[in-house]
Amino acid sequence: MREMMALTERSDVISLAGGLPDTTTFAPELYAKLMAQVAAESTARALQYGPTEGMTATIDCIVEVMAAEGTEIEADEVIVTTGGQQVIDLVCKTLIDPGDVIVAEAPTYPGAVPTFSAYEAEVVQIEMDSDGMPIDELESTLDRLQSEGRRPKFIYTIPNFQNPGGVTMSLPRRKRLVEVARERELLVLEDNPYGLLRYEGDPLPTLYSLDAGHSQGGSSDLVIYLGTFSKILSPGLRLGWAVAPRPVLEKLNLGKQGADLCSSPMTQLFVAAYFAERDAAGRPAWIDYVERLKNLYRARRDAMFEALEANFGDGASWTRPQGGLFIWATLDERIDTTDLLALATSERVAFVPGRAAYVDGRRGSSSMRLNFAGIPEHNIHEGIRRIGKAIREQLGLLGSLTGIPGPVTPPAEPRPHSGSPLADVVELPRRDETDAARRHGDQ
Amino acid sequence: MKVAVLKGGRSLERAVSLRSAAQVEDGLQRLGHEVLPIDVGASFASDLLETRADVAFVALHGRDGEDGTVQEVLEALGMPYTGSPPAACVRCTDKALAKHLMLEAGIPTPAFRSLRETAVKDLGAGAALPAIETEIEFPMVIKPARGGSALGVKFASDSAGLPGAMVGAFSYDGAVLLERHVKGKDLAVSILDGEALPIVEAVPREEGFYDYESRYKIGMTTFVCPADLPEETTARAQELALRVYEVLGCHGFARVDLMLDEDSGELWVLEVNVVPGLTETSLLPQAADAARIGFDDLVARILHSAFTR
Repeated sequence: MREMMALTERSDVISLAGGLPDTTTFAPELYAKLMAQVAAESTARALQYGPTEGMTATIDCIVEVMAAEGTEIEADEVIVTTGGQQVIDLVCKTLIDPGDVIVAEAPTYPGAVPTFSAYEAEVVQIEMDSDGMPIDELESTLDRLQSEGRRPKFIYTIPNFQNPGGVTMSLPRRKRLVEVARERELLVLEDNPYGLLRYEGDPLPTLYSLDAGHSQGGSSDLVIYLGTFSKILSPGLRLGWAVAPRPVLEKLNLGKQGADLCSSPMTQLFVAAYFAERDAAGRPAWIDYVERLKNLYRARRDAMFEALEANFGDGASWTRPQGGLFIWATLDERIDTTDLLALATSERVAFVPGRAAYVDGRRGSSSMRLNFAGIPEHNIHEGIRRIGKAIREQLGLLGSLTGIPGPVTPPAEPRPHSGSPLADVVELPRRDETDAARRHGDQ
Repeated sequence: MKVAVLKGGRSLERAVSLRSAAQVEDGLQRLGHEVLPIDVGASFASDLLETRADVAFVALHGRDGEDGTVQEVLEALGMPYTGSPPAACVRCTDKALAKHLMLEAGIPTPAFRSLRETAVKDLGAGAALPAIETEIEFPMVIKPARGGSALGVKFASDSAGLPGAMVGAFSYDGAVLLERHVKGKDLAVSILDGEALPIVEAVPREEGFYDYESRYKIGMTTFVCPADLPEETTARAQELALRVYEVLGCHGFARVDLMLDEDSGELWVLEVNVVPGLTETSLLPQAADAARIGFDDLVARILHSAFTR
């Protein structure tokens, strides 16, 4: 798969594979102004080491972002990290010994998979449905693990517009997850890069805030919250953060000292300068920018829905995320999307094959993750058209080989998108047991 | 000498090629050559002419690099280059053709059939599958007829799994090979300058876990070199590899993959790679090392073979 991903970096390929926000939307003049301001006011600090936990000015911005999501935190509960990815790494570094169990969603963030593997964690994945991770399944998994004398080190979840699944954990499940974590005294790693990128529907409280509401001091002692500036501002800054219970925070700090001493003061000061910007009406400029991104991404998401309707055919289904960057599409089960990617790259289009989202590298073989946020609408249409062509080619061949004709008809004219705008997802199919058994039997 | 290193390209093995080339470039520099790297793309021929190189080192895997494409261009430009000539590249890259030629030369290769996508699409060749199943028998290995690494290589244990496996393999090439699966040891014999090097055995980490992908993932497979084999088996594998190398018309270096059948003790030749990997963990450098040929020496000998055609 890595071989194929290398090809997707070529400039003539329409890549729906990345996790990219669209940074062309950030005004170069503002960038220049902010950098000049950092230079004028703080050259020496920008070029110097900074505190491991992050600079006060940046942490204030983080408190502001968290408040915008309805989550009140104290500045001394935060550690600034080099991207959200570093939080995953540091949490594993701090908590995981080889063989330890992590419970995660299925599918899960493809970028976390190699990290979990590197720390030799055993990852137990719980198949999601349209409301995210089913907590009853989680509980029975925890019971099973307990009967084996094992206790997960933490539960990893992306509750909002999950990457790659595109689904959102419902409020009852959020509440129940926090209860379960309290009952069993388990840590939860809440990965929330996209929470502010909601295109429709009402925001849901973070797991952190739900747990904090239960505890005495007003801060959570079970949830490690992961946030990032990557999707609301820029991934190039490499700035994320963790909000964590104090004992965990101390260990994360030690781990970070070993990893990189501190995150770049240059970009931290850039963020601080940016958050001080106000528009003509005196509103924070960063909030305006997030609003603009939301409008842009909403239109792109809708363009992708439309393109999928027109090109993917009856055998396919896909999630209908209310926010975030990704759609998760599932095809005829006989199609292996890793192979399809080979065909797709020769059509100069790319996506992430579903297997990348499963730690066993096997499940998810008929699914794919599609990014709609990073590229313009006409490329979304063209990219999905090309993938659709590759799918029809494969179904046609399957039809010829099995004697059962596949749906080889050319795509219909784009139909207007008819789904309920409030529906979180159409369907995230759950494999029946015989299918799961067959797949496991292959091993 | 001015050495143009051809690398990258647009094949699925681009990343491996870049890693191979990085090693080769370092080696060439240590040997005192001037290195002129070329990422093979739209302006390849003019890039090459501009370099005014004395020789081209082909470190390009897969499509264009191993199928004779760049070799034909190099021949046309009259530039000396490493490795096999176009005809040998064509023979080795098309696994079906290579196996037909092996059979004609009396070299044992597992039973197989090859089907083109056009035969399936336009000639109803799907109807021939039951006959092929009877002839070859399950389990079968399904491979794209052309293409390196393990991309698109599938395992089918019954009729139900066959169409999906074939469609998967067709994603990489217009023809697929359906080959009888030989259970046993996975061996690689590297040839350098017409001499067989010590054998490398690929041992999967997980017992009973049969997956071609694992062979290329770090940590999933361990490589043993020289392979722990009886002397006569080693000799026979090396002899078979050399014969295939000659029959297919290879030059300079190549890697021959074989299976040692655990039931019958027979050796079967699977395929020949005309531009085998040259990364630090690749099999040819490992085999050379076991023969006390250091990496730079290996590079020097491959380079020299460009002038001994």
